[in-house]
Amino acid sequence: MSRHTLSVLVEDKPGVLTRVAGLFARRAFNIHSLAVGPTELPGISRITVVVDADGELLEQVTKQLNKLINVIKIVELAPENSVQRDHIMVKVRADASTRLQVTQAANLFRATIVDVSTESVVIESTGARDKIHALLDVLEPFGVREIVRAGTLALGRGPKSMSDRALRH
Amino acid sequence: MSKDQPISPAVMAHRRAENTSASLVGAETDQHPVATAVVGAEGPEEMTGSRAIIRSLEQLGVTDVFGLPGGAILPTYDPLMDAEKINHILVRHEQGAGHAAEGYALASGRTGVCIVTSGPGATNLVTALADANMDSIPMVAITGQVSSAFIGTDAFQEADIVGMTMPITKHSYLVTDPNDIPRVLAEAFHLASTGRPGPVLVDVSKDAQVSTMTFNWPPQLDLPGYRPVTRGHSKQIKEAARLIAAADRPVLYTGGGTMRADAAAELLELAELTGAPVVTTLTARGVFPDSHELNLGMPGMHGTVPAVYAMQQSDLLITLGARFDDRVTGQLDTFAPNAKVIHADIDPAEISKNRTADVPIVGDLKTVISDLTDAVRQEFETAEKPDLGTWWTTLSTLRDTYPLGYTRTDDGLGSPQHVIERISALTGPEAVYVSGVGQHQMWSAQFVDYERPRQWLNSAGLGTMGFAVPAAMGAQVSQPDRVVWAIDGDGCFQMTNQELATCVINNIPIKVAVINNSSLGMVRQWQTLFYDGRYSNTELNTGHNSRRVPDFVKLAEAYGCAALRCESDDEVDDVIKQALEINDRPVVIDFVVSADAMVWPMVPSGVSNDQIQIAKNLTPDWNSED
Repeated sequence: MSRHTLSVLVEDKPGVLTRVAGLFARRAFNIHSLAVGPTELPGISRITVVVDADGELLEQVTKQLNKLINVIKIVELAPENSVQRDHIMVKVRADASTRLQVTQAANLFRATIVDVSTESVVIESTGARDKIHALLDVLEPFGVREIVRAGTLALGRGPKSMSDRALRH
Repeated sequence: MSKDQPISPAVMAHRRAENTSASLVGAETDQHPVATAVVGAEGPEEMTGSRAIIRSLEQLGVTDVFGLPGGAILPTYDPLMDAEKINHILVRHEQGAGHAAEGYALASGRTGVCIVTSGPGATNLVTALADANMDSIPMVAITGQVSSAFIGTDAFQEADIVGMTMPITKHSYLVTDPNDIPRVLAEAFHLASTGRPGPVLVDVSKDAQVSTMTFNWPPQLDLPGYRPVTRGHSKQIKEAARLIAAADRPVLYTGGGTMRADAAAELLELAELTGAPVVTTLTARGVFPDSHELNLGMPGMHGTVPAVYAMQQSDLLITLGARFDDRVTGQLDTFAPNAKVIHADIDPAEISKNRTADVPIVGDLKTVISDLTDAVRQEFETAEKPDLGTWWTTLSTLRDTYPLGYTRTDDGLGSPQHVIERISALTGPEAVYVSGVGQHQMWSAQFVDYERPRQWLNSAGLGTMGFAVPAAMGAQVSQPDRVVWAIDGDGCFQMTNQELATCVINNIPIKVAVINNSSLGMVRQWQTLFYDGRYSNTELNTGHNSRRVPDFVKLAEAYGCAALRCESDDEVDDVIKQALEINDRPVVIDFVVSADAMVWPMVPSGVSNDQIQIAKNLTPDWNSED
């Protein structure tokens, strides 16, 4: 089993996400993370899926994904040829005695404090998976109250765009 | 369907539909001009969504639909009453409508259509949709849905049928805006009938049916993600030809895809050019004539000894529209261990799914096979045509030593195989043969002589008991001039025989041969072989020395069918001849046969095809073939 990041261009229509997720579920693949959003093209959304899967099985799922009528294009983004970013917000316990330490830790990771109260702060960070994990490790001793995390976003490096040719016919 | 109809736009569209279904994919690789090509532009015109459904169906050339109304589809049934070009056949159960649409499509190549209501009406279609999906049958199912304001409120007869059927349809739509109706229906028919065919579901909310819209025809199709490949890659085709020219023990492994692609003529040419043996899978029976000397018959679990052996010993499987189903391959890692694989299919997801392909070819088989034939011909001109003499010596010996056959059972009761053999002999290859699922299905695949495509219809992938009667009904509607035999089992028959009412009322004179062994025969066979003859829940009490519940003759008579019973082999011919004379109503024959007859040969489940048995614990002697 290895980790794979797939970028899937789909028509922005109801049920598309269910169809895509259903193909993974049927083969008992766990979706590690999922991000969906609009693209530069009107009516087209981009789904970024991170899954743990055996390569051959993944190829079969990719082919099945391609068969979905609403799926326009699929690309697997290898870590070395793409930029992959996670986005996280963490609520950490921080009172007058620890606030400074927490803030310093956040600064070291170039994370931002986006909310402050007497007992806690909310820290927002964007970065590669490893950096996010390191940040969490450092914050852990202060007392992590709540975490919310968006699915990994990934974009191929260089000038090419996956939607360039996808919609020409 | 009569020939003296005036030429109307719909009729012309219908003719065009027949033409395109012949090539299956057409040339729509890069654009979707299908609807624009339909003759008879119409509109703009104000009408209800319901009328738009009927009008769209007419424009798409639909002449027959199977269905059953209910609350959520009621608005559409009103304009349907006035639709002169559409013949609606009222079924008795929605599953029957689904299988009828499948039978209609399988026998004619045209897209089958069914219309049902929401909730239970729609869920009753689920089996038929799954069946059509497994066997790649072009079908459009229109379901009513509760009004959009009620969707998601557990309203009366509400079911999320789009959600439920996502994994078993090629595509599905929920329509809540009536203006979408023409486009969605045009897309549904395009999707169902092109590429790898399959079922498409169109769920239309009640408010979309009753509100007003502006009808325009033809609609613009909007399918940016749908681009089926039509032509095979020329480099791969050349490579395939090179392998064929170098093979000593090639086998043409042909599946249902060749049938869907209407590629029988192309296949015949390729087979005769190469001189390679042909095996025809359960869905491909008839795509290559049984009488042809190159045909070894059906491969797989109940295949012929030469067909199974040829694949096991082959050095090259030329796979055409087949999918290495587990019923064909047996234990996969011991299947055809020395063979290279050429795999041609319209669906890229089939390639290397179960068995890795050495030469993958994605494309419409009609053009792929003909391109491959040209390439092989060229290859034979430069390289030498391979000598398959030794290969054929082995195969011919096997064919002579192990022909398909059967022995009578010890109980002295009638032989099911004899019944089926005689039905075929007395009716001939112009008839259509439809079966249910189980022993009678395998015997029908083995003992009917198949000479033409679309002669044999069955539920292969899903294995749906109860397929025969409604599918035969659909086949008969599309082929009014052919004899249509439903060869059914007593178990299957009891699942869907309510459609006999539909057949009687609508003058659909199918002939039903119930191969009545008073049991769930295939399960019973496994119990005999693998469960020490412990017959757990397989006795159905319909045959010899049983209470005969129900009595199939009385049942058939109650429906207004002609009903006959045959209890011994001596009467078989007479009864079949009698049945063939009755053409004004359906005929049901209760062929009461032995429950001990078994389907042979058989590869026990989960073992290598090398372990094929021609009778209980009897494996062919592979070494005495020289």
